[in-house]
Amino acid sequence: MTNAPTGSRKGAAIDIQACSKFYGNFTALDDVSLRVEPGEFMSFLGPSGSGKTTTLNLIAGFTDLSKGEIRLGERPISNVPAHKRNIGVVFQHYALFPHMTVAKNVAYPLRQRGVAKAERDRLVEGALAKVHLEKFAHRYPSELSGGQQQRVALARAMVFDPSVLLMDEPLGALDKKLREVLQLEIRRIHRELGSTFVYVTHDQEEALVLSDRIAVFNKGRIEQVGTGHQLYSNPQTLFVGQFIGESSILRGSHRVNGAETALDIGGTPISAPGTPKSDGAQVILLRPEDVAVQAPGTGAANGRGNVIQGTVREAIYLGSAMKYEVLLADGTPIVARTATQGEAFGIGAGIELAWKPEDGRLLTDDGSIGGH
Amino acid sequence: MKRFNPGRLILGLTVALIALWLLAPTIVVVPMSFADKKSLAFPPSGFSLKWYENFFTNPQWFNSFTTSLKVAVMVSVVATVIGTMAAIGIERMKSRTAGLIRMLLITPMVVPGVVLAVGVYAVYLTQGLVGTWTGYVLAHTLLAIPFVVIAVGANLAVFDQRLETAAASLGANRLTTFFTVTLPLIRPGILSGALFAFVTSFDEVIVSLFITSPQLKTLPVQIFSSMTRDADPTVAAVGSLIFLTTTLVIGLGLIFGTRKGRKS
Repeated sequence: MTNAPTGSRKGAAIDIQACSKFYGNFTALDDVSLRVEPGEFMSFLGPSGSGKTTTLNLIAGFTDLSKGEIRLGERPISNVPAHKRNIGVVFQHYALFPHMTVAKNVAYPLRQRGVAKAERDRLVEGALAKVHLEKFAHRYPSELSGGQQQRVALARAMVFDPSVLLMDEPLGALDKKLREVLQLEIRRIHRELGSTFVYVTHDQEEALVLSDRIAVFNKGRIEQVGTGHQLYSNPQTLFVGQFIGESSILRGSHRVNGAETALDIGGTPISAPGTPKSDGAQVILLRPEDVAVQAPGTGAANGRGNVIQGTVREAIYLGSAMKYEVLLADGTPIVARTATQGEAFGIGAGIELAWKPEDGRLLTDDGSIGGH
Repeated sequence: MKRFNPGRLILGLTVALIALWLLAPTIVVVPMSFADKKSLAFPPSGFSLKWYENFFTNPQWFNSFTTSLKVAVMVSVVATVIGTMAAIGIERMKSRTAGLIRMLLITPMVVPGVVLAVGVYAVYLTQGLVGTWTGYVLAHTLLAIPFVVIAVGANLAVFDQRLETAAASLGANRLTTFFTVTLPLIRPGILSGALFAFVTSFDEVIVSLFITSPQLKTLPVQIFSSMTRDADPTVAAVGSLIFLTTTLVIGLGLIFGTRKGRKS
């Protein structure tokens, strides 16, 4: 992941220190600590109600902290009102002022800062150029498409050169194609500005495309912080493992064998490195590309020490790969993705799944059920 | 050739009758105002402009007109400011108390005018407010506030409060945000509230009758006493003038309003 800023180094660190937010009896955020490095692109990823937007609102100053402290650079900001924090915010719903032209919208933060007219015009023009909307300066927001409106919102949030830019699902209201275009633009703008970006999303792909690091939120807590690669290849919780990328979960009673733990899957022992990190039921998480599909009786080959029988329920040709959905004897579904070359199996075929023990991730069952 | 359609004919006739029924009382005043004799007869027996002349030259008539105008302007300013602030406060409270306050502010619209007038009169007697500018403005403001609260409240209900959050993130404090974002966007509500307030005060007659004095009279009171004393066609002249003015104002408002509406 190399999305580090090439522009001037002016981003500020955000230090979230043991922050909690309560609404009556409801805990929206439960003792969260996190440091966002200067100039970093950090995504807050999680399902709705996981606390990611709450955290963003706390940084922006839209809601008050119940407990803890937030520092911007070295400055504690929990007592600084939102309008004095000098943080740019881009909202999902654009929040453009409908009674002002595009140029007036973008000039708004500069007016609040008493920037002289000539300088203001220059900065507005520059910001609109960055988002390719120079020609739309005199239009009203209602005369623009959703994507254009969000570009204006982006220009408005960065025109005053904030050290931190917060984005709350800014592409959530746009269609997939437009989203992909704007993702690339946001990456480019981040490189050019060098500000610290915090990006809230529930879309793991978007988080992977954009971020230096991702903080995965769940139930008001941060489950794990890391690069996309770290989260994918080494999830610390079942929730993270299932939220990032595709996965299959094996459940069964476990037994620790030295540095390994084996799960009993319908009589077949399946092992993974490591010992349980906490009490309770254990699971093994598998990535589709680690699982080989082979003819019955092939057995352990190429270091694939875990072998289990199954039946093909679905075989999908993806061009570069075959995707198999396989049912184990106990009904557990396993997804495997294999290279197109080699033997193909049809629906209903009895096959063998095999993988290296070290490709399985031993995790404690936290009750989360996959998907996003 | 269109085929004859009896249904459409009946519909057209009904509409015409209803329109006539609604408009006739207003229209009838116009010819009466040009009467040559001192009687409110319809149709008038001759033509003259003397009742218009009387309105502009007779201090009783003209002073009451300027009094009404001044009171209405003051009422519309005071009621709009108070009513707007109240509407915003109610909108932002979002609790059961807000609903109660709203109901309380709207009661003057529901309470029978005479009841209110008796109460106002009783208080004014002890406070020496009968027949004073303050008295008129206070009483009319009370009656006008509900209109402002309702008009502005309706506008606030569709106002996207997240725009204020956005303004804060861009460095605007609460006051600046109000004047640069909130106010311009709820301006239609405020303007119609102000217009309602003006009209409420300008044609208020019940309460005014109670708190009037020979020295300070509003136009509706003057009309009322003129009607009961001597059926003077000046009343018709005043009516015609008001009719003309309101038609012009509303007509221009419609033309101006639609044009602006199309632009945005």
